[in-house]
Amino acid sequence: MASVVFYFQVHQPFRLQRYSIFDSGANYFDDACNEDICRKVAAKCYLPAGRLILELIQRHAGRFRASYSLTGTIIEQLQRWAPEVLEVFVELAKTGAVEFITETYYHSLAFLYNRQEFIAQTQKHCELMEKLFGQRPRTFRNTELTYNNDVARVVQDMGFDTVLTEGADHVLAYRSPNFIYQPPNCDKLKMLMKNYRLSDDIAFRFSERTWPQWPLTAEKFAQWVDQINGNGYVCNLFMDYETFGEHQWAETGIFEFLQAMPDKVLETGKNDFLTVSQAVERYPSAGEIDVPHMISWADTERDISAWLGNSMQSNALQDIYRLADEVIATGDDVLIDNWRKLQTSDHFYYMCTKWFADGDVHKYFNPYESPYDAYINYMNILDSIRGRIAAG
Amino acid sequence: MRVFMLGWEFPPQISGGLGTACYGLTKALDEIGVGVCFVLPTALPVSGPSGVKLRTTADLAETTSVFSHMELHHLPAVLQPYGTTETYQQALRELGDMEQQAQPPPGPQDRKGPDEAAAMKVLAGTFCTAGGENYTGDLMAEVHRYARLAVELAQSEQFDVVHAHDWMTFPAGFAVAAAMRKPLVVHIHSTEFDRAGANVNQQIYDIERAGMHGASRLICVSYMTRNIITSRYGVDPKKIDVVYNAVEAPAVDNWQMQPIRTNEKIVLFLGRLTMQKGPDYFLRAAKKVVEKFKDVRFIMAGSGDMIQRCIEQAKAMGLQRYVTFTGFLHGNDLERVFQIADLYVMPSVSEPFGIAPLEALSHNVPVIISRQSGVSEVLTHVLKVDFWDTDEIANKVLAVLRHPPLQRTLRQHGHIELHKLSWRDSALKIRKIYDALAAAGQAKSP
Repeated sequence: MASVVFYFQVHQPFRLQRYSIFDSGANYFDDACNEDICRKVAAKCYLPAGRLILELIQRHAGRFRASYSLTGTIIEQLQRWAPEVLEVFVELAKTGAVEFITETYYHSLAFLYNRQEFIAQTQKHCELMEKLFGQRPRTFRNTELTYNNDVARVVQDMGFDTVLTEGADHVLAYRSPNFIYQPPNCDKLKMLMKNYRLSDDIAFRFSERTWPQWPLTAEKFAQWVDQINGNGYVCNLFMDYETFGEHQWAETGIFEFLQAMPDKVLETGKNDFLTVSQAVERYPSAGEIDVPHMISWADTERDISAWLGNSMQSNALQDIYRLADEVIATGDDVLIDNWRKLQTSDHFYYMCTKWFADGDVHKYFNPYESPYDAYINYMNILDSIRGRIAAG
Repeated sequence: MRVFMLGWEFPPQISGGLGTACYGLTKALDEIGVGVCFVLPTALPVSGPSGVKLRTTADLAETTSVFSHMELHHLPAVLQPYGTTETYQQALRELGDMEQQAQPPPGPQDRKGPDEAAAMKVLAGTFCTAGGENYTGDLMAEVHRYARLAVELAQSEQFDVVHAHDWMTFPAGFAVAAAMRKPLVVHIHSTEFDRAGANVNQQIYDIERAGMHGASRLICVSYMTRNIITSRYGVDPKKIDVVYNAVEAPAVDNWQMQPIRTNEKIVLFLGRLTMQKGPDYFLRAAKKVVEKFKDVRFIMAGSGDMIQRCIEQAKAMGLQRYVTFTGFLHGNDLERVFQIADLYVMPSVSEPFGIAPLEALSHNVPVIISRQSGVSEVLTHVLKVDFWDTDEIANKVLAVLRHPPLQRTLRQHGHIELHKLSWRDSALKIRKIYDALAAAGQAKSP
């Protein structure tokens, strides 16, 4: 038996507007741009993909299952600009075949800088999931699958059963991501690791015509899943939800692939679909995975250098978290909310200089011409935040 | 492969980027085995405020000794496009003094090879230019004199291709190519539209246009320039290649060395103080910077027809305490100013390429460049602005001055990025162009 575990990440940041050092005022977010992108992605991806998943669940009478994580920031955007998408998610929740995973509400890197803030944002997100979808999340995934042993420890102490991360080669070594594992010294917590090869076959390579396996058909993919039989239990397909219709346009046939794939997987009679929590309930742990250093699902490095790889990023992150006590002490809800939205990891991702000269995935909905512009803009806004704190 | 190359300035006698570019390019061509017969007008000092020294034989020996295949020829004509009427008059007087003492000029064919070139004296019978904006004076006569002398010289030379840099040498290039039945490459480092904005000198435009249309092939320094050439001069884009300029790798990696200094941050403008370079935008941005940040000094290094206006503008803005005018900087002075600078700003209104930002980066000085420059096509680890957006220039200057991590990241990556640009790569591209032209020429001849 091999079980496909689909997990889709749904996120958009509140992108910042141009904020010069000569600007004043407390309106930092580019509503027009954010609304535009939110509506566009809703139309191209969230709505058609959501309706298709719903249809698949109904057609297979609950035998097709999937898990989602929606950040607090995308939910706020959908509430404002595309509430019909949220209705689809509520429908999905009602089927009982969909699990909602928790993460930091603001898709932040708070774990690295402020444990209290990390816990507060995670709790806030749990409450939101429960309120919207009637589920208390049991699984945690940290922003961009950033993870190490400490994350596991903290998450277990918070009462979660499962944590997700990247099946990075340098962590797994000879082992396969197709088993359930446990973090060291965490007897209550299971971990699921992304099968990045099969995930990326869909998320990145699907429309790549130079890829020898192109075109990727549902039959072919179902065969690859079937090969896990005897060598593992799970096939962890973790990816951005935007894969469907946005990263891979509808014209590439991605929706047809998604529509046909469950049939092909299920018709073998040996394989099925599970949510994250169902997978850890059904299968035993195959051992411990020790992750002393931070890993993530980003770039080829699978580390955190996309957000913390140069001195601008390090400076901006330290500066935003340095304000924590003062911001919270103001008791000003708007200021606190602004400060938290500035913690969203995308703002630091835009400052990444790693692959900037080549231009690549970092460009996805990136509002800046260069990482330097991103940093300058961000630091000007932090100045404004400091001014507001000082003004009381 | 041997090239008959026509230029109008060459180190150590330079007033702008062309001399630097010609030097870098010929040196790299030399290294890949292309023989260059470089033809120059004789240079006379066109003094800016800090003065330019007369070339000494020692200077020249130093310049030419790095070459193994190149010959430098000086023709007794003077092509100096930048200067004012006063400096022109002064140069004429100096010329008169020299003529009284000098012997008659030897024929051009007498001077060959680096050693002979090095031994050459400043010639009598040299001429001067040209009054600043309007190119009055004898410049046009000089252009044609240079062409005539170049043809004379070419008779005694063996070469496969003629290569002419910028409009002043186009008539010469054209004449030599026609007389010797060789293909002509014209190299566009700047156009009249860059230099003069809307006040285009029709005579120069006509020479440029004729050169471009008469040439077998055009090389220009950026896609920005290529666009001007296709749209304003009506040249077939298929005839044009873009070859970027580069910068020589700095001899020592001394970026951590800091001179003893105060807390004052130094922002540098380096270039001719002319409309094209946007010094007035620099000053307007400086004014806005000073409103927010007082520990700053703006150094304006360069001379040009706008210097008086800039000094007055700085005074009128109350910036006397914050702006220093140094005049044209050379050699060690230039090195020193790069060493103390925290930031280099190039707010050019129209810059076909712009080598100075590369030089700044090679000295580990972060740069802000205008998007209206060719060099912005190749540099990514720099800050880019529109020259007219002085708020944004000030915003970026302030960010670099206030946030050391920004300065650090720009330095680190900017320095690495320079390695993408090498004169050798440019020279290899140009050699390909020569080879194709020479092959086509042979195919045609019976």
